Amino acid sequence: MKESVRHIRMMVALAVAALILLGRIFYIQLMDDSYKTDALNNSMAHIPVYPLRGIIYDRNGRILVGNKICYDLLCTPTALEPFDTLLLSRVLEIEPDIIKKKLAEYTSRKSRRKIGYRSVVMFPKLPEETYMRFEEISYRFPGFSGQARSLRQYPYNAGGNLLGYISEVDAAYIKAHPEYKSGDYAGKTGLESSCERLLRGEKGEKIFYRDSRGRIGASYRGGEADKPAVSGMDITTTIDARLQHYGQQLMKNKVGSLVAIEPSTGEILTLVSSPGIDVECLADIGSHYKEIAANPYKPMFNRAVQASYPPGSVFKLVNALIGLQEGVLKPSMLYPCHAGYHFGKSSRLGCHNHRSPINMDEAIMMSCNAYFCYVFKDLIDNPAYGNSEAAFSQWRAYVESFGFGKKLGSDFPSELGGFIPQASYYDRYYGKNAWKAHTILSLSIGQGELGCTPLHLANLCATLANRGYYYIPHLVKGSGQVPLDEKYRERHYTLIDTTHFAKLIPGMFRAVNAGLGSGATAGVAAVGGLEICGKTGTAQNPHGDDHSVFICFAPRDNPKIAVAAYIENGGFGAAWAAPVASLLVEQYLTGGISEERKPLEKRVLEGNLMNKVKTK
Amino acid sequence: MTGQVAQRSLLKTIDWYLVGAYLLLVLIGWLNIYASEYDPENIRSIFSWEMRSGKQLVWIGTSFLLGMLILFFISPRNLETLSPLLYGVMLFLLVAVIFLGASTRGSHSWFVLGPVSFQPAELSKITTALLLANRMSRYDFRLTHWRDFLLTAAIILLPMLIIVAENETGSALVYLSFLFVLYREGLSGWWLLLLLMVIIVFIFTLVLSPYVALWVTMAVAAVCVCAERMNLRRLFRFYLPLGLLLAFYPLIYRTWLEESFWAFLCPSRVLLAAASVMIVGYWVKAWKEKNSFRMFVAFALVLGLIITRVVPWVFQNVLQDHQRIRIEVLLGMKEDPAGAGYNVRQSMIAIGSGGFWGKGWLQGTQSSYGFVPEQSTDFIFCTIGEQWGFSGCLLTIALYVFLIGRIMVLSEGSREAFTRIYGYSIAGIVLMHLIVNVGMTIGLMPVIGIPLPFLSYGGSSLWSFSIMIFIFVALIRSEKKYFL
Repeated sequence: MKESVRHIRMMVALAVAALILLGRIFYIQLMDDSYKTDALNNSMAHIPVYPLRGIIYDRNGRILVGNKICYDLLCTPTALEPFDTLLLSRVLEIEPDIIKKKLAEYTSRKSRRKIGYRSVVMFPKLPEETYMRFEEISYRFPGFSGQARSLRQYPYNAGGNLLGYISEVDAAYIKAHPEYKSGDYAGKTGLESSCERLLRGEKGEKIFYRDSRGRIGASYRGGEADKPAVSGMDITTTIDARLQHYGQQLMKNKVGSLVAIEPSTGEILTLVSSPGIDVECLADIGSHYKEIAANPYKPMFNRAVQASYPPGSVFKLVNALIGLQEGVLKPSMLYPCHAGYHFGKSSRLGCHNHRSPINMDEAIMMSCNAYFCYVFKDLIDNPAYGNSEAAFSQWRAYVESFGFGKKLGSDFPSELGGFIPQASYYDRYYGKNAWKAHTILSLSIGQGELGCTPLHLANLCATLANRGYYYIPHLVKGSGQVPLDEKYRERHYTLIDTTHFAKLIPGMFRAVNAGLGSGATAGVAAVGGLEICGKTGTAQNPHGDDHSVFICFAPRDNPKIAVAAYIENGGFGAAWAAPVASLLVEQYLTGGISEERKPLEKRVLEGNLMNKVKTK
Repeated sequence: MTGQVAQRSLLKTIDWYLVGAYLLLVLIGWLNIYASEYDPENIRSIFSWEMRSGKQLVWIGTSFLLGMLILFFISPRNLETLSPLLYGVMLFLLVAVIFLGASTRGSHSWFVLGPVSFQPAELSKITTALLLANRMSRYDFRLTHWRDFLLTAAIILLPMLIIVAENETGSALVYLSFLFVLYREGLSGWWLLLLLMVIIVFIFTLVLSPYVALWVTMAVAAVCVCAERMNLRRLFRFYLPLGLLLAFYPLIYRTWLEESFWAFLCPSRVLLAAASVMIVGYWVKAWKEKNSFRMFVAFALVLGLIITRVVPWVFQNVLQDHQRIRIEVLLGMKEDPAGAGYNVRQSMIAIGSGGFWGKGWLQGTQSSYGFVPEQSTDFIFCTIGEQWGFSGCLLTIALYVFLIGRIMVLSEGSREAFTRIYGYSIAGIVLMHLIVNVGMTIGLMPVIGIPLPFLSYGGSSLWSFSIMIFIFVALIRSEKKYFL
């Protein structure tokens, strides 16, 4: 009977063996999902369909950034047959040696294994004409094929810096933005970056069967599971393409910025940072990046929103407004100026030669330093506040309400905030209660520890043009698909009563239009019939010649444009900044430059200040 | 009269359960061979001669003819008488193929006669089973007699070794399945445990280290010896401290002895000495006391010692690269998803993606697109797993279990020792193929290229399994004819 016991044992062993197999099968089929996903990746080729990136329009519907088709030439090493290298070289306009070298590389033993049956991009971004020439005779080149892709195209050479560039995402970018995959493109700077979410669109995919050698077969389920790509949304910018282009021409061979804002909306019409990036380089940033990065003038650096400068005499307007608000200044008040403001035992803050005493209008018109020293002293040493710190803190609050010292909140990425010192800053520097108006007197004329961007100055100008409020400057206009962000519809009032603003306008008007012999600082900016109101600035600069600054708006009533020009090492405000700004205004308001101002335009267009700028 | 009996006997004496299971498995195989080659871009009929399914249909037809031939024209008695001759002819063919056969993938195991190729190794399983049944069914045969045992071992090992020489290690491994019938015929279960031990020591030697493997062997031996005498005191007083000392000896050696005068006492030498002392001790004691169990333990220890010494060397110097890598991948010593691990990985992906109900016949994405190599032959089970899901796997394996179980039940019930031994032999062979083949596709076994009986594409394989089954059906039938 021992045998039958063994028979039963063996039957049990059979059952156990079957159960072990079934248990394992049960586990991999029903418990462990990883095999299912692997199967999908294995046998399906998910070919991404890249969406067309949104088009960027200017305010008048001109295309600033569009798309153009170009072609990548693909090579499938396993499908290669002998062909006429010279012919291919002629068609593609590529040296035969390069073609031979690439082919040798693909067919080397090492890469043959790596590439297998797949195709590799041999020559990326061939222009359409070149590719079409190839296409016609492609039957003579088995193993070569083309793949269309879209590139950014720039019809106007305008706004390289503010538009920004796109490039293939790198590992760090993918880590921060997991929705991107290797091979995707994303905006890296400028508008391309800040509007990435709108512009990118949605990637689609086509699904194909794929065999074990990686060869693509038929469409999966007849394409019903394919996902079409959704094009990115078009955006309309506030930029005026022609004005932007003209602004860039004016700023050519100068280092600095030119910003124009429509005061009634806060829309940025022009934002030039010079030297800038040529749009030619943007489309193919990869091959120009090194050259751009090595340029000592740092064209990548967007000075208009990122450079912090002292505002210079332009800032006197702010001090005047604060004086009016605090009641320490009335437009009719007269102050003397004897080649400057004398204080302490033998200290003097110098001024240029002009008649004395003068009232507020004339002080603005002639940019008198001494006048604003008096105003500033009355503000900081105002007995109503008890001490300088309290008075200064109040002063700072006023200044900050203009948007200085903080990011304005524009839709431009990497905007800089600038700097206004706190009372504690001087406490640390001079000791508590050890400083007063005279210690920090340079603030009265916009020098000293102040730092602001050209965009801040343009915003100040817009605030003045609006007589007391501003809209946050912005680049993207509301349009069909993309509504305007609510924050750009909101008026921002300063802490100054709007009634005080009107009191400054005559001085600014006279600074430009008072005519020869009046002592006005910005006569050069006068344009007949345009009623430009402006204020010059000459910002001292320890590193070289003074910076030339000018802000202006026009016309005097219902201004259409407010401009800030900041030209590094340009000398007097009237030397370069005022001509540049006024030419831009004239161009914008009249659509051209009048005959009598042509020589001025010529001087500006041809002017070259590059050698004055020290590069480190 | 006789005609009437024959007609009645055809229906009554054939075991239709067995034949039914066989037919179902062949049908499943045929459908899945088509599915595994099915190409949605280039659809051809299942009957098309260009498809393997079309060719398989021919093999299936000829298999049925062979089955009829065996059932109605050959007396099983003749097979019994002829078995030594058949065995001899097959040995000759096995040797001849080494010199005359075509070389495929490094092995010389196929005769190629025009369009037909034929692998003698497939058929030699049957002749071995027949000769084994012939010898072991003699009235005076006792497996416990040394002469009979050695004869049995020789009958099994001879074709096995020739097949190893043909470089068909996988097919040779199948001969281990004769242990199945030997166990039924009285082989001590200890021998099976010994085999298990050999496998475990082998794995430990490779995965962990020879030192650990030998240590574990010695520990198990000590426990067995103490357990036999119920001598727990000796186990805890003597073996436990000694075992712990040896377990930590490599550490001790590295810390204190390595750079001293005692450096020659390296761990492997010390353990070898300890094992030798143990073996000699057990053997002497067993000899004195006529204790066969101790003798067996001593023998197992010798075997363990040899394995731990020889395996690393064989592994490095004798095995071919691809064999070594397969073993390393299976034991998890190496990851090689694109190389040796590729087949298994792809096969598991295919099966794993099947889910419960599968993707449907011809709807597979893995099997139909050629991700799994040897899709219609050795890896046919992937297609079933992917396209029919767990339900299909369950059905297929249940059919196998039914077939094997039915053979075992019929064998057990047979009055003929010849039928019983032959039946258990082929049950073991089919079971071995099933475990190794399916185990391979789901990553439980190393990749050993043996077909799944009745399902895999291929004439040699289907023919030999059909002959194997129909001989058994004929044996059972003849018995029923006489004793009904």
